[in-house]
Amino acid sequence: MLFFSLSFIVLVASAFLALAAGGSGSRARIIGAGGALLGSALGLIAVVKVLFLTGAETYAAWSAFAVPMGRLSLSLDPLSAFFLLPVYLLTAFAAVYGAEYLGAGGGRRAGAAWCCFNLLTASMALVFASANAVLFMLAWEAMAVSSFLLVAYDHHKEQARRAAWIYLVAGGAGALALLFLFSLLGASAETLDFPAFARPEGAAASAAFLAALLGFGLKAGVVPLHVWLPEAHPAAPSHVSAVMSGVMIKTGVYGLIRTMGWLAPWDGWWGPALLLAGLASGLVGVIFALAQHDLKRLLAYSSVENIGIILMGLGLGVTASYAGSTTVAGLCFGGALLHALNHSLFKGLLFMGAGAVMRATGTGELEALGGLSKKMPRTALYFLAGAAAISGLPPFNGFISEFLIFLGSFGALRGPEAPALWSVAVLLALAAIGGLAGACFARAYGAVFLGEPRSSRCRAAADCGTPMLAGLALPAAACLFIGLFPSSVAGPAAAAVSSAFGAAYGDAFLAAAALPLAYVSAGALALVALLALAAALRAFLLRGKVPAAGPTWDCGYAAPTARMQYGASSFAQPLTDFFRPLLRTAGRHAPPDGYFPRGSDFHTEAGAVFYNNFYAPAALMLRRAAYRFSWLQHGRLQFYILYIIAALLALLLWKL
Amino acid sequence: METIETAIRFAAALLLAPLLPGIINRVKALFAGRRGRPTLQLYYDLAKLIRKVPVYSRTTTWVFKAGPIAGLSAVVCALGALPFGGRPGPLAFEGDFLLIIGLLAFARFMTMLAALDTGSAFEGMGASREAQFAVFAEPAFFLALAALSRVTGEGSLAGMFLSLNPDSWRAAAPVLALVTAALFIVMLAENCRVPADDPDTHLELTMIHEVMVLDHGGPELAYILYGASLKLWLFAALIAAAVLPRHSGSWLYDAAFFLAAMGGIAAAVGVVESVLARLRMLKVPYMLMGGLIFAALALLFQTGR
Repeated sequence: MLFFSLSFIVLVASAFLALAAGGSGSRARIIGAGGALLGSALGLIAVVKVLFLTGAETYAAWSAFAVPMGRLSLSLDPLSAFFLLPVYLLTAFAAVYGAEYLGAGGGRRAGAAWCCFNLLTASMALVFASANAVLFMLAWEAMAVSSFLLVAYDHHKEQARRAAWIYLVAGGAGALALLFLFSLLGASAETLDFPAFARPEGAAASAAFLAALLGFGLKAGVVPLHVWLPEAHPAAPSHVSAVMSGVMIKTGVYGLIRTMGWLAPWDGWWGPALLLAGLASGLVGVIFALAQHDLKRLLAYSSVENIGIILMGLGLGVTASYAGSTTVAGLCFGGALLHALNHSLFKGLLFMGAGAVMRATGTGELEALGGLSKKMPRTALYFLAGAAAISGLPPFNGFISEFLIFLGSFGALRGPEAPALWSVAVLLALAAIGGLAGACFARAYGAVFLGEPRSSRCRAAADCGTPMLAGLALPAAACLFIGLFPSSVAGPAAAAVSSAFGAAYGDAFLAAAALPLAYVSAGALALVALLALAAALRAFLLRGKVPAAGPTWDCGYAAPTARMQYGASSFAQPLTDFFRPLLRTAGRHAPPDGYFPRGSDFHTEAGAVFYNNFYAPAALMLRRAAYRFSWLQHGRLQFYILYIIAALLALLLWKL
Repeated sequence: METIETAIRFAAALLLAPLLPGIINRVKALFAGRRGRPTLQLYYDLAKLIRKVPVYSRTTTWVFKAGPIAGLSAVVCALGALPFGGRPGPLAFEGDFLLIIGLLAFARFMTMLAALDTGSAFEGMGASREAQFAVFAEPAFFLALAALSRVTGEGSLAGMFLSLNPDSWRAAAPVLALVTAALFIVMLAENCRVPADDPDTHLELTMIHEVMVLDHGGPELAYILYGASLKLWLFAALIAAAVLPRHSGSWLYDAAFFLAAMGGIAAAVGVVESVLARLRMLKVPYMLMGGLIFAALALLFQTGR
């Protein structure tokens, strides 16, 4: 716990020092990035101690600060530590990357950006470590505010301002649901300390479950509460997008898991409810990702998809555990937790890779990129690792966690009736998501890195400097490492499952997953060996021969141009057409006309279906309703004080 | 002894796989009344191709060369998890079919990237179609395996196929028949056979798999052709194990029976190719959904039993 506190102090102190150094961009950069690195290193020591050496730790030094109904206390159990691991890892990667990405310029703005970045990490760490609802909410709101400021970093752009406002409103709505949740739990436990929380009596338990699903689901980006995510994540600077999409949305998953732990024993319909929310998020997320034209928006939608996979695992686990299948539940919980870790690594990598592309070419528009693997070979290599990992392909880490959830659902299939039926739904959805994610990332990678450059900016692009490349290489290496040696993370995941749901599930997970994971590891290593062998054989076959170079065979067409390539929209067209009823693709098509056509135009855009059809009308209605009460808000201070006194009196009378 | 037997079985799969396309072509020639290509044609082609010098497009990068290497290695690795003649492969474990599916998806992903690397509109088209069909084929494949897993109560391919025997057909004929039909449809689509795709087509616009490898030549093309025959072997072996389960004491007898079944499945593919026309591109997803529905029905019958 000492190292955790030190890490927290370093992060907060460096945040304010960076702000104070604001006048000089380079000094802010050294303080900000250095503080983030040091803080993450210290935090990692604490995490590794809990996960691998000592087990849970609580910290009482803060207990001096009593709050109503409890004390501000911290605790690091394996579940917290498991979620803290990617926080510190990704913060370190993003700090190295951001040191170059934000540049030495920027003056006061750079100082503020580093301040918010370090505060974001510190508040996330506090969210995962707090053992008291008041402290949790304080950290939760600090996290929301610091990330709001980072989303608004490019505030001169109208789009960024809009994204920041949507984000702020979503955060507020989520916090409201959480306040409701904690008052329900606190009222029944008569304290706000986490260890005392237990399942409330009667219908309050279901109400608490729904409040958690709403409040934490909003932060996690569960469909249909995801609308803020594809707006806010792309608007922030890329290393911040990486942290937001990689770890910040996991605070929602963490909260949901904690709440499920408190609410045990579960009701029968909770598992299917979680599962259906995950199913909707997974499918809607990946289908919308496939239809995006902007690289960072595509990645943001894919985060929705991955949250869906995590929730499907959790939901199936809860369903199976309700039916008494501990092994299946353990596999699903373990798979879901590992997917949360894996997603942090590859999504962070992909967002930072997208940032490198945008910095080199000035655009994230898929139709304007292309051919970058020749100009930015190392960025292309690391991005490929991320793309393969997020598509759930061996030998990368994405395959491991999806494998475990699949293994769980095949286990459920052979068990009792009810979980077996739900597991069929999970199987179908996961299989379809796998195919769609493969299509989505083959499309993205092809459009950005392969073929011929589609614009002049791409032709002039070059790899970024060593810090940014290191920020990409490290998570790529981590993705490959977990994919090759999955057993290394199985132990920590089992410990996290045990501390979340009970030792029976963690032990069952370890018992059921150990052997298959060892074989998967053997398979992945065999694949790497075979790849090397096949490459060596090819080199042997071509020894002494000089391959000829020529143009691409285009059916004999002699003068192909870069614009004739299959673009990203064309690649996705068969699938986006198939899902047209969901996507509501808006198109503008001016076909060539006459024998000597002047020109033609074709433009499609996947609409913000949920925003336009539900949230915008709802917000309008809310605004109209609020307008009727605008006479209450008149700006006269003496009346405001009167309101406060009246409210206090009313509370006093009610309590008497 | 066990290790040597496993190695022999694995080597037999690697050596005999190029025979399957030869058998298919013989059957097609027989139907059309032609003399047809020699049965061993693919072996001759491979021997010729590995001696050739490839031509690389100036647009391409290392991804283009990595595609065939990844495609072949992934399929060879997947074969390791596959049972052969009623005996488990070297990589048999709980959930081994998930590894096979993952490896095949990896091969597909890299092949699509290699196609996109050429910057050719036709190859992009092929990659796009391949991606689309995979979205429908994978759920059908998963569901077929799910039905098998529920019938046998086993979680690994070896376990599933070892516990199948002629008696399971008597007990659960509709389930196994539907699973076989689903697997057959998935095999046709995944291996680019008629009616999903035509391996002998000559117009780039209508190709799917063939167009993705238009620019490959020499050893790379040999890798692709050999990998395709191994993939066909893999799917045929799954069907052979599901349709014709035979486990006697002698592994020699079992292996002979298994090889005969493989030849029979190749002949069945040849018959399908001879009597069916290729489907319109837009109809292929419907065919795959048909496979999905077969598998779903199998699962329903099984849960109802």
